[in-house]
Amino acid sequence: MTPYVVLSSILFTIGCVGVLTRRNAIVVFMCVELMLNASNLALVAFAKQNGNLDGQIAAFFVMVVAAAEVVVGLAIIMTIFRTRRSASVDDASLLKY
Amino acid sequence: MTTFWILSPIIVLAALGILFVRKAVHAALLLAVVMIGLALLYLTLQAPFLFAVQIIVYTGAILMLFLFVLMLVGVDASDSVVETIKGQRGMAIIAGLLLGVVLVLGLSQMSLGAVTGLDTANANGNVEALADIMFSRYVFAFEVTSTLLITAAVGAMVLAHRERLDPKPTQADLAAQRMQDYAASGKHPGNLPTPGVFARHNAVDTPALLPDGTASETSVSRVLAARGTVRSAPAMAEDVAGVEKQLGSAPHAGRDASAPATTEEEAPAT
Repeated sequence: MTPYVVLSSILFTIGCVGVLTRRNAIVVFMCVELMLNASNLALVAFAKQNGNLDGQIAAFFVMVVAAAEVVVGLAIIMTIFRTRRSASVDDASLLKY
Repeated sequence: MTTFWILSPIIVLAALGILFVRKAVHAALLLAVVMIGLALLYLTLQAPFLFAVQIIVYTGAILMLFLFVLMLVGVDASDSVVETIKGQRGMAIIAGLLLGVVLVLGLSQMSLGAVTGLDTANANGNVEALADIMFSRYVFAFEVTSTLLITAAVGAMVLAHRERLDPKPTQADLAAQRMQDYAASGKHPGNLPTPGVFARHNAVDTPALLPDGTASETSVSRVLAARGTVRSAPAMAEDVAGVEKQLGSAPHAGRDASAPATTEEEAPAT
């Protein structure tokens, strides 16, 4: 099972770097999804390792939460885009001042 | 395990691609590759139910939402390369590499012991076993999930809803506005020329040619103009010049693109 966990950690790292470096809010969001998926892979791998299905149930709940999160997050991005005409995370900096 | 070694390079390459492609649409498509690869990995991990859910929820619903929002926000919305915080990108890459090295080294040295496998747990079928657990031990979490989904749906509706502050202009208002524009700036009150009028092609990316052979900018959608995919007009203008030479009339250039097209009787007089 070690290769699966290592793959999951590589995907998680890629997602982290993406969140830190990309500027487009939608791509940042995709990287968050990538991190959620990486954790799902680890959960399913450990479910097989330990021979019980709790890991799969946890992965299923993560998927449900991800779906809800995407709906609200994309609605927020749309609202910001409507007022600001930009999907860049750098442009939403009004709270700084 | 063969499936894993075939799929994992594809997944990692697609995930790295998300970091490097400039267009958000390409990132979404690469994310779809990652999701489908992970779904196939779930199949090798004896999780057929999660395989189906991953395909349906992630590639079906979530990526579709992403593509919809990309369509609304604009496909050309690509990243800026300017750093707002100095050195942030380099620091992020170093931190990411450190995290990756620590995780990979740590996890690869860990020994997990023998794999138990899900053969006994999945004896009556994976979906049945999952249902048994979900509706007994995790039934409260399942109910909370329904609350979460309703909240998300209502929240999205509240965020997407926009109250109209001024009354909707009626057809009479619009007509009056058009005539005012015509009086103020000379903007043509009629409808815009359709693409491809008097041109060789009638495709939407072909600008209409005015009687003097110049391309009318108002005839192509401004989205196409912004993307830069408008078919260039000079080739067609040369055709018109050739025809004009055959007819023996002098070409007249410099006509305003938004001016109404002159009729054939007027053309030789100018």
